[in-house]
Amino acid sequence: MSIPDILAEIFYILIGGLFFLTGLAALRGERSRQRTGTALFWFILAFTFVAGPWLPAAVTGVCIVILAVLTALGMVRPCSPGSPPASETRRNADRFGFRVVLPAAALAVTAVVAATFLPFGASNAIGISALFALIFALVLFRVPAGEIPRAATHDGVRLIDNIGPVGILPQVLAALGALFTAAGVGEVISSAVSSVIPQDSRLAAVAVYCIGMALFTVIMGNGYAAFSVITAGIGIPFVIAQGGNPVVVGALGLTAGYCGTLVTPMAANFNIMPAALLEMRDKYGVIKTQAPVAAALLAIHIVLMYFLAF
Amino acid sequence: MQAIRLAGVLVVIAGFVLKKDTLATIVAAGLVTGLVSGMSAGEILNTLGSAFLSQRIATLFVLTLPAIGLCERFGLRDKATDFISRLKSATTGRVVLFYLVIRAFASAFSLRVGGHPQFVRPLVAPMALGAAQARFAPLSEDTEDKIKGLCAAADNYGNFFAQNCFMGASGTLLIVTTLTEQGFAVDPLHIAAASIPAAIAAVLCGAAYCLLFDRKLKAGAAQ
Repeated sequence: MSIPDILAEIFYILIGGLFFLTGLAALRGERSRQRTGTALFWFILAFTFVAGPWLPAAVTGVCIVILAVLTALGMVRPCSPGSPPASETRRNADRFGFRVVLPAAALAVTAVVAATFLPFGASNAIGISALFALIFALVLFRVPAGEIPRAATHDGVRLIDNIGPVGILPQVLAALGALFTAAGVGEVISSAVSSVIPQDSRLAAVAVYCIGMALFTVIMGNGYAAFSVITAGIGIPFVIAQGGNPVVVGALGLTAGYCGTLVTPMAANFNIMPAALLEMRDKYGVIKTQAPVAAALLAIHIVLMYFLAF
Repeated sequence: MQAIRLAGVLVVIAGFVLKKDTLATIVAAGLVTGLVSGMSAGEILNTLGSAFLSQRIATLFVLTLPAIGLCERFGLRDKATDFISRLKSATTGRVVLFYLVIRAFASAFSLRVGGHPQFVRPLVAPMALGAAQARFAPLSEDTEDKIKGLCAAADNYGNFFAQNCFMGASGTLLIVTTLTEQGFAVDPLHIAAASIPAAIAAVLCGAAYCLLFDRKLKAGAAQ
């Protein structure tokens, strides 16, 4: 294993540890009647993060199915205590003032610095900056040595518990995409769509390609998966074959798909998870805000591709 | 009977229409897709498990939560509100617009400045809410939700549409590899340049929406 890979595994083990603590907090929690199911969910998830790579992949596959059964039965619920009381945060705010933004800023700055100057890759840079920001916060807020283990994990566990199972949706979607590819789902869709495009109409081809990218992204929740399928099925045989510049068609094709990402609950990490993270009452609130902008942007993509590619 | 392979797509659609549990819907769609295309149970579980493990990067944001949660406990939101309350000229729409521009630029230079857990929850949303509270308090729950939605959306606009302006972005490289495999040799520099118009369009659309939102807030408060 290379050093970046080892580092990544260490970060995944730490994440597994946080999931394990979330499970423990659920067992001790008083807010929910679903303590056992919730704890089981987080324990199994922790197991896949820590032990998954060392076992046959099918073991992780079985774990995912069990996680899905637990959430399907409604056995996973938020269990840990809610946000810290307003009196406590106000007292702390008055004590530390604007220094409280420093760890958040450190999170961003060290991520950029680590990604740029350290040879461990951009994803490891996120982990490095997360640990740096946490240590920085513990020092800055003068957390007594005896309270460090609790302070370092307690609020993280609270947020994980708040976000709940939707936090791992992006990962599960990637697994779905892999199954779609293995089953040849893309070929079937593109051959069906390609029969409805009128011959020799550049505008129709461009519109069908852009809308197809957006629609398929809506269904899959993943612009990347849609791009390889719809570009091979529609973009190349209909738009590029009529003389469209491949560079422009490709570049605008992928971002046309992102217009679909803005309106799909399948893109959970961008649309559903933030609604949970921001404690919005409507879990589709982010999507509703984005829908008019997404429609305008899709129309703009069709116009841009039509004029720039030919 | 090629169409039978689309059964998984139907499961996804049905799951969302019937408002079934999202995680369970996706896993069920994967299992159905594998079964109708003739994969064995072992193959399905293997594919599912190995893709899940290789995509653990998607869950890396969890590591940032302890630091963010700690900052919240030590008054991050309170201070953000204090800050905005003093800034008389910053309206909700302008706070979000400012963030959108920063997010888009950072994204175009592949700087990971932004993100819902890192920036929107601890910084942007409290500032945007604070700006509205300073002017129009008390806010209805509905208005609060709309402001939060605006903040989350700005992050997405800046992130999605500007990221491919960077040569080494994964999306840019996906376009290059996909087209090259199909016989069209393109290079990352040209793809990145061709991604700029969409990035500008996204920032302009998002900005217009932010400014409209300010007008709506004002109109709502006047009533």
